[in-house]
Amino acid sequence: MNALLNRALGERRGAIGLAVLAVIIFLIMPLALDIFRLNLVGKYLTYAFAAVGLVMVWGYGGILSLGQGVFFGFGGYCMAMFLKLEASDLASTAHQTTPGIPDFMDWNQVTQLPMIWQPFHSFAFTVFAIIAVPLLISYIISAAMFKRRVGGVYFSIITQAIAAILTILVVGQQGLTGGINGITDLKTLNGWNINTDSAKYLLYFINGALLFGVIMVCNLVLSSKLGRLLLALRDKEDRVRFSGYDVANFKIFIFCMGAVISAIGGAMFTLQVGFMSPSIIGIVPSIEMVIFAAIGGRMSLVGAVYGTLIVNYGKTAFSESFPSLWLLFMGAMFIGVVMVFPNGLAGLYQSYLKDRVALVLSRIKKVKSSDPLKVVKAES
Amino acid sequence: MSEKIALSIEDLTVSFDGFKAVDKLSLYVEKNELRVIIGTNGAGKTTVLDLICGKTRATSGTINLNGTELTRYPEHKIVQLGVGRKFQTPSIYENLTVLENLEISYPEGRGVFGSLTFKRTEQVTQRILEVAETIFLTEFLNTQSGLLSHGQKQWLEIGMLLIQDPELLMLDEPVAGMSVSEREKTADLLNKICQGRSVIVIEHDMEFVKRIAHKVTVLHQGKLLAEGNMESVQNNPKVIEVYLGH
Repeated sequence: MNALLNRALGERRGAIGLAVLAVIIFLIMPLALDIFRLNLVGKYLTYAFAAVGLVMVWGYGGILSLGQGVFFGFGGYCMAMFLKLEASDLASTAHQTTPGIPDFMDWNQVTQLPMIWQPFHSFAFTVFAIIAVPLLISYIISAAMFKRRVGGVYFSIITQAIAAILTILVVGQQGLTGGINGITDLKTLNGWNINTDSAKYLLYFINGALLFGVIMVCNLVLSSKLGRLLLALRDKEDRVRFSGYDVANFKIFIFCMGAVISAIGGAMFTLQVGFMSPSIIGIVPSIEMVIFAAIGGRMSLVGAVYGTLIVNYGKTAFSESFPSLWLLFMGAMFIGVVMVFPNGLAGLYQSYLKDRVALVLSRIKKVKSSDPLKVVKAES
Repeated sequence: MSEKIALSIEDLTVSFDGFKAVDKLSLYVEKNELRVIIGTNGAGKTTVLDLICGKTRATSGTINLNGTELTRYPEHKIVQLGVGRKFQTPSIYENLTVLENLEISYPEGRGVFGSLTFKRTEQVTQRILEVAETIFLTEFLNTQSGLLSHGQKQWLEIGMLLIQDPELLMLDEPVAGMSVSEREKTADLLNKICQGRSVIVIEHDMEFVKRIAHKVTVLHQGKLLAEGNMESVQNNPKVIEVYLGH
C-alpha cells in the first residue's frame, strides 16, 4: 500500500513537485485572490486536465491529438445537460410554449424532450456518462486508426477534423444542443446553487483535488511496466511489436485515458463557469491545449499545470489591454517552445534550476546533520 | 542429424508489384540446428526473415513452426508462438537501462492490464540476471542502454530475445560492427544458445559463418541456390559463379 502511494506521488522528487503545486493551488491562490479571480484560476485548472491528458497522450504516448477539446466538450456537455434539465423545472419555464424543457428547445419549436436528453435527469447517470461517452468515442476513433497502423501526422489531422466536424454538428443541431450559444443559464446541482461565492470556493477545491487525483493516477500508470513500454514504443515501435506486444492496444489505452481526463476537466468547467458552448470544444481551443502542454513541458505532468496557468494568465492579462495582440503573442510563445526550449518550462527547470535547488537542499541537510548533539550520539 | 524438423517453409513466394523477392522457396530447419543463410545483396535473405516473423505477408506458400501455421497470425502472436527476431541494426530502447530493456522483453504482462499490474518478482529478476550473464552484460544492468558499445547493443538485443525463450531465433547480421574479440565471444554465445531451439543467422563474414554454421543455405534472386555444410557449399560451382563471376 505504501509502495503504491509512493509511486502515485512520483517517488521523492515527484512528491516535492506535487507539494509545491499543492501549496500554490490550495493555499496561496485562495488567500491571495478574490473570488472572481479565484474562479478564473479554477477555470484555467479545468484546462489543465486536458493538458495533463496531453502529457500522457502526446508526451509519453507520442500521439499528438489536436482534438482534445472534443473530449473536454463531451464531459462539459454531459454535465451541462444535467444542470440544464434541473434548471428547467416546470415552475421556472411556465411561460414557455412547452414548459419543462430547456429554454433553447422551446425557441427552436421543439415540443418534447429528445430521447438522448432523458437519462440526464439522473445525476448518477450523468457522472457515468461524463466518463463513458468520451471513453467510447475515443475508443472508436483510436481503435479504427491504430489497428490499421495510422499514426503520426495523419492521426493528428484526423483528430483535428473530428474537432471541426463536432463543432459544426453542435452548432447545426440548435434544438438539441443550444447551437452556437451553447447551454447557458445553469443554476443548481441537486438543489445546491452553484453560483454563490461559497459554492465557487468549494468547487475550486474539488476541482483542485480531482486534478491531483488525476496526476497521481497518471504517475501510477507511468511508473508501471506500461509506462516503460510507452517510452519503448516511442523509441522503437517495431522492437516492441516483435517482442510480442499488440502495439495498437497500448496506444488505444493511452488515448482513451487522455480523453477521459480531458472530459473530467470539461465537466468541472461547466460547474465552475456556468455554461458550455461550442467555442470551447473546437479546433482553436484544442490547439491551445496542446500549447499549454508544450509550454509547461510535454513530459511533465506538473509542468503542464504550470503551463496552463501561465498561458491563461497571460491571455487574460494581455487581452484585457491588447486584445488583438494576444494571438500573435501566443504564436510567438509556441515558436519559442519549438525552437528554444523544446521540453518547455519543465525542461528549463531541469537544465538550469534543478542543480541549484539540489545544492540548496543539500546545504540545508548539512546544517541539520552538523547538529552537535547528533554527532555526539553517532560517536557514542 | 536425425532431430525432428522444427521449421518447415514450403513454396514460399512473395511478390512486390510483380517482382518476386522470394520465389518458391522451401527450407527446413531442425531443432538444435544453427542455420546460416548467405547470399549476395538482394538475394532475399532479410525478406525471408520478414516473412517468417510476419513483418511481410507471403503471397503464397506455408511457414510451419512445430505444427503451427504462422502465415495467418499477426506479428505479436507469431512472437508468442515462439519466434524471436533480431534486426539488422541494433534495435533496443536507448532511453531505458539494460535491466529495463530485458524486463520489457520478459514474456509476461503483455496485455494492457497485464502490464499495469506487472511486478518485478524474484523469478523475473532471477531470469534477467541469468540472461544478462549469458550476454556478458551483468555489470551493465543499470547502464542506460544508449551508452553501450555497438557490440554490446547487439548482445543486448540477442538477450532480449533469449529472455523470451523462443523456439526459433532469427538473427540478422549479429556481428556487424563488432571487434574481433567480440566476434569470438558472439560465436561462443551462438553455439551455446542453439541448444534446445533452432537458430537462423544471416551473415556475410565467411570466417564467422565457418565457425558457427551447422548447415548453410545460399539464396540467389529469391531462390535456393545451394544447401549443405560449409565446405560443400564453398566448392559448389554455382555458388562460386554467383559470388565471383559474371
